[in-house]
Amino acid sequence: MTGKQPYVGQALDSPHAFTLAPGPTKHTQYPYVTGTSVLGIKYKDGVLIAADTAGSYGSTVRYKSVERLKTCGKHCLIGASGEISDFQQILSYVDKLILNDYMWDDGNNLSPRDIHNYLTRIMYNKRNSFDPLWNTLVIGGVKNGEKYLGVVTMIGVHYEDNHVASGFGNHLARPIFRDEWHENMTLEEGIQLLEKALTVLFYRDRSAINKVQVANITAEGINISEPYALKTNWDYKAFKNPTAGAVGSW
Amino acid sequence: MSSIGTGYDLSVTTFSPDGRVFQIEYATKAIDNSGTVVGIKCKDGVVMGVEKLIASKMLLEGSNRRIHSVDRHAGMAIAGLAADGRQIVARARAEAANYLTFYGEQIPTEELCNRVAYYVHLCTLYWWLRPYGSAAILAGYDRDGPQLYMIEPSGVAYRYFGAAVGKGRQAAKTEIEKLKLDQMTCREGVIAVAKIIYSVHDEAKDKAFELEMSWICDESNREHQRVPADLLAEAKAIAKAAQEEDMDAD
Repeated sequence: MTGKQPYVGQALDSPHAFTLAPGPTKHTQYPYVTGTSVLGIKYKDGVLIAADTAGSYGSTVRYKSVERLKTCGKHCLIGASGEISDFQQILSYVDKLILNDYMWDDGNNLSPRDIHNYLTRIMYNKRNSFDPLWNTLVIGGVKNGEKYLGVVTMIGVHYEDNHVASGFGNHLARPIFRDEWHENMTLEEGIQLLEKALTVLFYRDRSAINKVQVANITAEGINISEPYALKTNWDYKAFKNPTAGAVGSW
Repeated sequence: MSSIGTGYDLSVTTFSPDGRVFQIEYATKAIDNSGTVVGIKCKDGVVMGVEKLIASKMLLEGSNRRIHSVDRHAGMAIAGLAADGRQIVARARAEAANYLTFYGEQIPTEELCNRVAYYVHLCTLYWWLRPYGSAAILAGYDRDGPQLYMIEPSGVAYRYFGAAVGKGRQAAKTEIEKLKLDQMTCREGVIAVAKIIYSVHDEAKDKAFELEMSWICDESNREHQRVPADLLAEAKAIAKAAQEEDMDAD
């Protein structure tokens, strides 16, 4: 703000008092309460998606029971990292989409791919109006025997893969997936792999907590687990003297 | 209608000397010529049935629907001009969606009925509009339980235990009055409505028809849905058998 332009919070005797600040709205362009990584993998019978239940206010882990996995329609589930209120807005968009599909009553249901495409359009459109929805979304589902797992980011980048992760998970979970994932994983193996990745995230990502949910999407339906705690182990040598490898002045 | 052609029927804004609005009466006529539509409120929900007259043998089965969902918890059956009815349904959907975004909960059936009735009534207030040539039977399920309303072209709307419009309305009303609605489940209601529709249909005079039925009850998860195919088939079979029995008795 330069010169005589009015600005919010200026002195009340100013001739510009109570006028709005010029220029674009910026307060919607930065996240407030955020969720961290969401992980997803395909396995033998369907798709697994996992996330913890933290909602961080900046770097403070402010809320600890935020459910970030939500079903949408019969075949699909969305997991969100990023701004929680934006995610709630996205859910209302999706609800409307699914309601309109329901009212057609033509015996068809939206596939996970349909929902992924729709969300991609929404995210890209919002970023093009310089007011992005501050999320990375993981979309997973099974329809007509086809397993689907995809991602869309706040700027509209979208892709499908056999295993995906958002945020920090891209750096900490995906390398593990690349080593250990295979197409014929059983449900138990899949959950084990996700829990392993979630534990690593808990150790290394300050916004992550060890209260997590895992959702299982199969042709039979969608089941989101109640939140539960991961077992942790703090006896690793590197944890005992964390600065051993980083010599500093104190 | 002795005054036809005396100039009092040219506009919906002109009263006749004896205080009638002929355009509305003509709209009612359009409804009286259509297939019968029946709605009943049972103890656990609402059932609606339509005698959909088939204009041509070449029409695909299930086309030109007369029962539409308005929201998950509400549906409408249309008597009279089908195209006018779709316009009413579109408005009802818009009102339901608007209420949901504004108040964050589903629109109560009574409120939905009022809003749609206002809209229908609007078309009787301006000379450049014609009233809708359809009556809408509205079924809904909200916190006050299942409810049934009927909205007429005049904009008048009442809540009913049982309602009937269209060609066979008189006979249908007589039949509905014989039912013990407060002791009847929707499953029984479906069969009762099917029987009524079949009994008021005049095979000698009328065109072929298709029975279209929907319900909203605990069994349908309190959602407005088409009656399941197996139950509809059962109801049709019973209705046909009852009709033949009647003919034998005559």
